[in-house]
Amino acid sequence: MPRMTVNERPLEFAMNPETPLLWALRDAANLTGTKYGCGTGDCGACMVLIDGEALRSCLITIAEAEGRFITTIEGLSRDRSHPVQQALVAQQAIQCGFCTPGIAIAAAALIQRNSDPSKEQIEAAVPNLCRCGVYPRLVAAIQQAGRVSRRQERISAAPAPGISGEDAARTVPAMVAPDVGTGPED
Amino acid sequence: MEFNAPAGQNLFDRAKIVGKSTPRIDGPLKVTGTAPYAAERHGVAANQAYGWIVGSAIAKGRIRSMDLDAARRAPGVIAIVAATEHEPVGTSDYNYAPLFGGNEVSHYHQAIAVVVAETFEQARSAAGLIGTEYDRVDGSFDLASSKDGAPLASEGGSDFAKLGKFEEAFAAAPVKVDETYTTPDESHAMMEPFATIAAWDGPDLTLWTSNQMIHWGKQAMASILGMPEENVRVDSPFIGGGFGGKLFVRADAVMAALGAKAANRPVKIAMQRPLMFNNGTHRHATIQRLRIGAERDGRITAIAHQNWSGNITQKEGENGTLQTPKLYAGANRLIENRIAQLDLPEGNAMRAPGEAAGHLALEVAMDELAEKLAMDPVELRILNDASGTVPGDPDTKISDRHLVRCLREGAERFGWSKRNAVPGQQRDGRWLTGMGVAAGYRAGPTTKSAARVRMSADGHVTVETDMTDIGTGSYTIIAQTAAETMGLPLESVTVKLGDSSFPVSSGSGGQWGAASSTAGVYAACVNLRRMIGEKLNFDADAANFADGRATLDNQSWRIADAGELTADGEMNYGDFKDGYDVGTYAGHFAEVRVDAYTGETHVTRMLAVCDAGRILNPLSARSQVIGGMVMAAGATLMEDLHVDKRFGFFVNHDLAGYEVPVHADIPHQECIFLDTLDPVISPMKAKGVGELGICGPGAAVANAIYNAIGVRVREYPVTLDKYLDRLPPAA
Ligand code: FES
Ligand code: FES
Repeated sequence: MPRMTVNERPLEFAMNPETPLLWALRDAANLTGTKYGCGTGDCGACMVLIDGEALRSCLITIAEAEGRFITTIEGLSRDRSHPVQQALVAQQAIQCGFCTPGIAIAAAALIQRNSDPSKEQIEAAVPNLCRCGVYPRLVAAIQQAGRVSRRQERISAAPAPGISGEDAARTVPAMVAPDVGTGPED
Repeated sequence: MEFNAPAGQNLFDRAKIVGKSTPRIDGPLKVTGTAPYAAERHGVAANQAYGWIVGSAIAKGRIRSMDLDAARRAPGVIAIVAATEHEPVGTSDYNYAPLFGGNEVSHYHQAIAVVVAETFEQARSAAGLIGTEYDRVDGSFDLASSKDGAPLASEGGSDFAKLGKFEEAFAAAPVKVDETYTTPDESHAMMEPFATIAAWDGPDLTLWTSNQMIHWGKQAMASILGMPEENVRVDSPFIGGGFGGKLFVRADAVMAALGAKAANRPVKIAMQRPLMFNNGTHRHATIQRLRIGAERDGRITAIAHQNWSGNITQKEGENGTLQTPKLYAGANRLIENRIAQLDLPEGNAMRAPGEAAGHLALEVAMDELAEKLAMDPVELRILNDASGTVPGDPDTKISDRHLVRCLREGAERFGWSKRNAVPGQQRDGRWLTGMGVAAGYRAGPTTKSAARVRMSADGHVTVETDMTDIGTGSYTIIAQTAAETMGLPLESVTVKLGDSSFPVSSGSGGQWGAASSTAGVYAACVNLRRMIGEKLNFDADAANFADGRATLDNQSWRIADAGELTADGEMNYGDFKDGYDVGTYAGHFAEVRVDAYTGETHVTRMLAVCDAGRILNPLSARSQVIGGMVMAAGATLMEDLHVDKRFGFFVNHDLAGYEVPVHADIPHQECIFLDTLDPVISPMKAKGVGELGICGPGAAVANAIYNAIGVRVREYPVTLDKYLDRLPPAA
């Protein structure tokens, strides 16, 4: 039974070790922020951080993830305060939002290594597909996130509180609290 | 509320919230992975099982037999619903090809079974054990060879129109273009696959799904499953992209419902990506012949646009002619839209159906005409601009049109004057560079739309409507509209969308959603204001609502003092609109560079100047236009469903083979909105923009490539294999 650390908690999956990490996260751990877009490594919607590297969870089995540190979009920050999350909101680099978690993960990994990336470096490091076409705004957002992480800039656009659907609705009153089931982490 | 005459002065003319750039209120949910899309609503129904859809391996014919024994015995399998054991489901007014058709196969990857199991992996693995034998018959899969003799899609309207004497005028024209263009089949390829969780409760069926048109979905499910409409509930608060692909319920919903019935448990299906392309709908390929004749001064005297596409039921083709009666003047005209019978998967609406493909032909033909006239292509378009009435339909008035401004301001901002009119002449190191322009037209329709608004005792307003937000920003513009009408800050409004238990809205499609759904919310809010006025004894229509208070004649009331109230409202549109063509217009500009040695094309800049009336939220509207420009660049440069003409299916049916633009393909893009108002569309005077952004930019890119290399490719997409051997000498 593969064991690993997911969002700073120890987890053991009572599942076939060949199960792709994507399905273990979504269906067993109820961490549904990580998306299925293709299952074959083409889209990036399923990206998670594995030991700090943005990897496609549809291509990694839980056996391969044994002993590793996994961070999903839900664990990127406790309170959506990660510079990338703030900047994506501030730059409105979100439309339908389905590609957004994967892009946030890819961008977070990039900013971690290089907090001042060029447009070309961003294009190379964030190959995720976005059919809504947020690409040009993404470059601006990721560069802004870099400045925030270097403490050259602050963003106030993203409200700060917790990440449950209830909390999001409270902070953003024009949104209704969605049905998010039991909540991703508990 | 009836909208029976063009809007006069109203509260939106001094808007404080509507028309202002407002960050998307659903943004924080989306960046944290907590926006609940269909396949992850684990909390809505306990004990969900997994469904896996099996698609037909032939395009046309009959299923001879299905061996289900091994699959039924496989671990974890709960139920299998198979075509050989189930009556064909019904049809609806929305889907033409049957979604689950019994033994008769009408297209490749049509659903022929669903396997329901405890886990996703078990369902998939058991599905692989089903042995299906077919009797395959030949079908017609090639548009080019099926087009001769294809009938008109319908006798009149937008499918056949004649004005003046086209043949004579064209023959007599001193300058003319007669060219044929082809556009390929394309896929929506939205990032979220079709997905549904279905649960039965006695006779009641609930579908948590991903759908653009909730009410259509409810009606269609009832008619497909032969059950009363009131027993179906459809819920779809977040949609990971649709672009027309999710206008209708698809096999995921039908098979989840049948699977759930058979398994006696809720069933979840997220369609596997490789099934999406042939199981779902697509944009149909077109063949378009353009003939344009002009005087030597550039004035168009004759214009004909003939269009062919094909579809499985010979209905609902891709009508590339739609913009042609609207865009340019000219006394002698011909429009023909024909549709052939093809046995490919069902073609249906994809973002700007008709116009998106039509501009790729018309706007390149205009570029070719400009070159023959030795005229600037911007000036040619301006010279032939229409005013007053629609050129192809002189009985219809133009509501509000500023195409010339779009083109002039665009040319100015883009630096159009630096373009070298002689193609293949502009070098920048190893690059050949070029610029292109295109005009854009997309209809600005409205349709009736209803909403309910509830005010709580503390004056907080909640809007409920079955409108959807497919990434367009509906949540935000609806909140803005309610806040504006009620005189409340944005934070005092909550928006609930996508549930069929809410009043029926316009839904999201055809670029009608923004204008229609906000008008419905406005109607409901006006009724709420009147209820507040009645309660507190003032004339709400005369009062001014601001900061949570209503003010009239030096008197003022706190609206929350009216107590809890609920108002419904619906906006309906009067016949007066039939006399008008309400359109949105754009000037599109593109700059490309083509590697002089390898022929590789890069788009370097794109600009759209848009005229779409009041822009409800410039921030999300800009996102919509830019997103359309990305998709348009994809259509011109890469998107292409390859048809296997022997076996009748789209070969590149995954995201590896069906190429869409990625980050590195997309350059600097800008979008500018003219400050216009269209009083004919609705009280808000605002038109949609979600599809205007894909009408024209693709042609601007194609024209820019021509300007760069001097080779005209009329067969989309414009890939380098089609011009590499004709590039100008490199040295
Ligand atoms: S789902 Fe993993 S790359 Fe698409
Ligand atoms: S925002 Fe819709 S796919 Fe990226």
